[in-house]
Amino acid sequence: MSDIVTKLDNTEEPLLRLEDLSIDYRIRNGYLSAVSDVNFTMNRGEIVALVGESGCGKSTIAFTIMRLLMDGNEKIGGKILFKGEDLNKIPVRDMEKMRGKHIGMIFQNPLDSLNPVYRTGSQVEEAILLDGLSHKEAWERVINLYKDVRIPDAEKRVNSYPHELSGGMRQRVMIAMMLSRTPELLIADEPTTALDVTIEAQILQILKDLKTQYNTAILMITHNFGLVAEVADRIAVMYAGNIVEQGNVFDVFAAPSHPYTRLLMRALPRKTKHEGRLETIDGNVPRITEKKPGCRFANRCPLAKEICFTENPPVLTVSHDHTFSCHFAEEASKL
Amino acid sequence: MSNANVNAPVPAIEISGLKKYFPLTSGAFNAKKGSVKAVDDINLTINKGEIIGLAGESGSGKTTLARVILNLTPATEGRVLMNGQDISKLHGRELKAVRRSIATVFQDPASNLNPRLNVLSSIMRPMILHGVPKAEAVEKAQEAMKLVKMDERYLYSYPHQLSGGQLQRIAIARALVLRPDIMVLDEPTSALDISVQAQILNLLLDLQEQFGLTYLVITHDLNVLRYISDRIAVMYLGKLMEFGPTETISSNPLHPYTRGLMAASPILDPTLRSQKKELMGGETGSLINLPKGCRFAARCPHATDRCREELPKDYHVDALHQVSCFLYDK
Amino acid sequence: MNYSPIREFFYNCRRNVNFVVGFLMILSLILVAIFAQQIAPYDYDEPHKQARLQAPNSTYLFGTDDFGRDMFSKVIYGTRITLWVALLGTSIQLFLGVVIGLLCGYFGGWVDKVLLFITDVTWCVPGTILALAVVTVLGKGLTNSIIAISLVGWASYARTVRAKTMSLRTMAFVETGRAFGESSLSLMFRYILPNIVPSLIVLISNNLPGTIMATTTLSFLGLGSQPPSPDWGLAISQGMNYVHRAQWLSIFPGLALVYTVLGFNILGEGMRDLLDPRLKGL
Repeated sequence: MSDIVTKLDNTEEPLLRLEDLSIDYRIRNGYLSAVSDVNFTMNRGEIVALVGESGCGKSTIAFTIMRLLMDGNEKIGGKILFKGEDLNKIPVRDMEKMRGKHIGMIFQNPLDSLNPVYRTGSQVEEAILLDGLSHKEAWERVINLYKDVRIPDAEKRVNSYPHELSGGMRQRVMIAMMLSRTPELLIADEPTTALDVTIEAQILQILKDLKTQYNTAILMITHNFGLVAEVADRIAVMYAGNIVEQGNVFDVFAAPSHPYTRLLMRALPRKTKHEGRLETIDGNVPRITEKKPGCRFANRCPLAKEICFTENPPVLTVSHDHTFSCHFAEEASKL
Repeated sequence: MSNANVNAPVPAIEISGLKKYFPLTSGAFNAKKGSVKAVDDINLTINKGEIIGLAGESGSGKTTLARVILNLTPATEGRVLMNGQDISKLHGRELKAVRRSIATVFQDPASNLNPRLNVLSSIMRPMILHGVPKAEAVEKAQEAMKLVKMDERYLYSYPHQLSGGQLQRIAIARALVLRPDIMVLDEPTSALDISVQAQILNLLLDLQEQFGLTYLVITHDLNVLRYISDRIAVMYLGKLMEFGPTETISSNPLHPYTRGLMAASPILDPTLRSQKKELMGGETGSLINLPKGCRFAARCPHATDRCREELPKDYHVDALHQVSCFLYDK
Repeated sequence: MNYSPIREFFYNCRRNVNFVVGFLMILSLILVAIFAQQIAPYDYDEPHKQARLQAPNSTYLFGTDDFGRDMFSKVIYGTRITLWVALLGTSIQLFLGVVIGLLCGYFGGWVDKVLLFITDVTWCVPGTILALAVVTVLGKGLTNSIIAISLVGWASYARTVRAKTMSLRTMAFVETGRAFGESSLSLMFRYILPNIVPSLIVLISNNLPGTIMATTTLSFLGLGSQPPSPDWGLAISQGMNYVHRAQWLSIFPGLALVYTVLGFNILGEGMRDLLDPRLKGL
């Protein structure tokens, strides 16, 4: 039933490494910086959450890794190294082979991702047939995959149409589809935002089990800290195109170090109103149209001083895995 | 604990036996084939000055309940009493007068305001409609902007120029201009970023304190619910499962569905993740093929034959806490 | 800067090639219509007995017909007819379509069923045949032919308005308006209708050429404008008698018609580009 994929590649090399990644969008009078100087790695079998509010660039990164953005309006700098290969530089045909086989993606709204006129089983099978299996073998794999994602009555459900399934079921079909060729990396863009809480909990459990079973690395794009606390191994917090803090999830939750992370966590409704009002962050996310040195959070940061507007903040280490970029480490901890 | 200012709770809204059924029709001439029982026999009382959180998943009926309370759709059966008056039976001028005292803010900031009107016109409209002279309306609009902490220059902006947080503030400002007693907020912060949500929640709490408002907040986000509500009402497939004080519901929920819901909501502390959780199995049921007995029986770990045959009533554990489950039938 | 959605829209207009070209074409027609008397060298029904059936030359730019009437002047004055057709026809169709569409979409229920049925029947019956029937009843003439076409053409407006009304009716700002006490009439005309205008503009640009063509066809068949009207359809029909000897009699009115319809179509393309996905909130 389960295909444990054994790879002969060097397992010490990180699965995914983003090196000085910058993504700019062309706009009317120049460029809009969506992502800037991002350095980020993921290892096999890890669940890493890329967290941030709207406009921080997290979805942009996800789509760029898959090279789904391409409409000619982007400028991409730096490297996207997947198992050592720069995805940004390989020819389109090779990228197409990558998708599905090595890198899978599930999106926010499962109804939009499935073709309404084909049976769900056929859609999942389509992907598997690319690997050269016979129709009979492929169909059997589909049924097994449906069982893996815990769709009840798998033998019958493979013949269902998308509109016959609930949102949670459709998302499971998507997961099945994406796992069908056992990719090493699964990118999940807000996978449970459209789902009810109880269904979300089930999907999270499935993702956790699948990670164990298939050793799939999962890059989860989300704004939901609860999700992150539940499943992530590591977390990277993004703001205005930069990663401002990243590290082991336990470390970051226990000791958030970047002022933005600290304020954001305090903005989460974790308590009752009797314990006080929620922390807020003044100001708005800046629109960066020219690359200047300086911290992008400076205009909203309560600790900001002159240097924050003129020099890029250094990357400071809290512990071996936990880093953040700020000029004022000490003051930040007292925030 | 409910609002400490109130010694003996005064009811703001009393809902009894409320039902809203939508007919299921088929054929060219719409022959009636049954009903979708979106809201089925709800009994609950909201007291003045309380913030009530209404929780439930898709198909629970929470939005329909809100719409019936707001008189956007007529009830099939039952009563909605507001300050002693049955508002579900009012029409015409009387209904219009009552509409002043209950205001609403919906979920999507982008569609809460008429894209063709500037902010000032949108905020003024309810006042003009209820006979407030134009000059006074403009003044009140300016006041309202101050209340929601927005700069007056935005009065001349159009919705497409503003952010989600700003739009929600304006929707709140508009809701306040007629000085309502009750505000119904349907997912007021679900479409907003975390930091913006915090601002709006703070604002809502400040306004509630300042004006002694009564809120009915509908949201699926249990963390927001726990933060802001005095009492929480939990709905499932059109029925009220449990209704009680926030602390009790969060820490020690009585109804099996509430327990499942609380267990499913993601925690905000990774160290708690290894705790074994009683995750609810199955899918949310369908409103079309409703079971005979308790709506939750099919997924409930404690279901008995009685549960599958009979509908449980609302059993009052104490004055402020009711559960609809045979486990609590004394 | 606080630009209403309308002002921002017009700013974008200048940058759209289709819009600019179409707009200029139609503007030229409007100017010709207004200044017809100044532009046309002669009166359109002024016979020049010495100059019958002359091919285009320096005196008579588009030639003359069998009565010696200048074709150039005829085409120039014909512009007024065509634009009048566009204006009156579209107005009637808009009025009927908007009212019926709003009522259907807003109230639903049996109001919707009855009116939609009427709309569907009007839509399904072949337009030209129905128009012919109407004209037979009302009598020949330009105004009657415009009315006939409009009684057939309002259906597509109604359907679009109905669809948009149904989707707008559930939008938060409309529901909020209901919640604080707006009347149905107010909701339909103050809230919903202004937000349908962009779709209406697109629809007008789609339908207007059709209205012109249909009315022109009726004139061609002799059921619309009557001689000596400078109506282009009538002119083409009259020219058919001389199609071998004096092609210019039909060609120039025909080209004018093509120019007009093309102009409106290009303008319509531009409108569709501008209004469609980009300004979603409009």
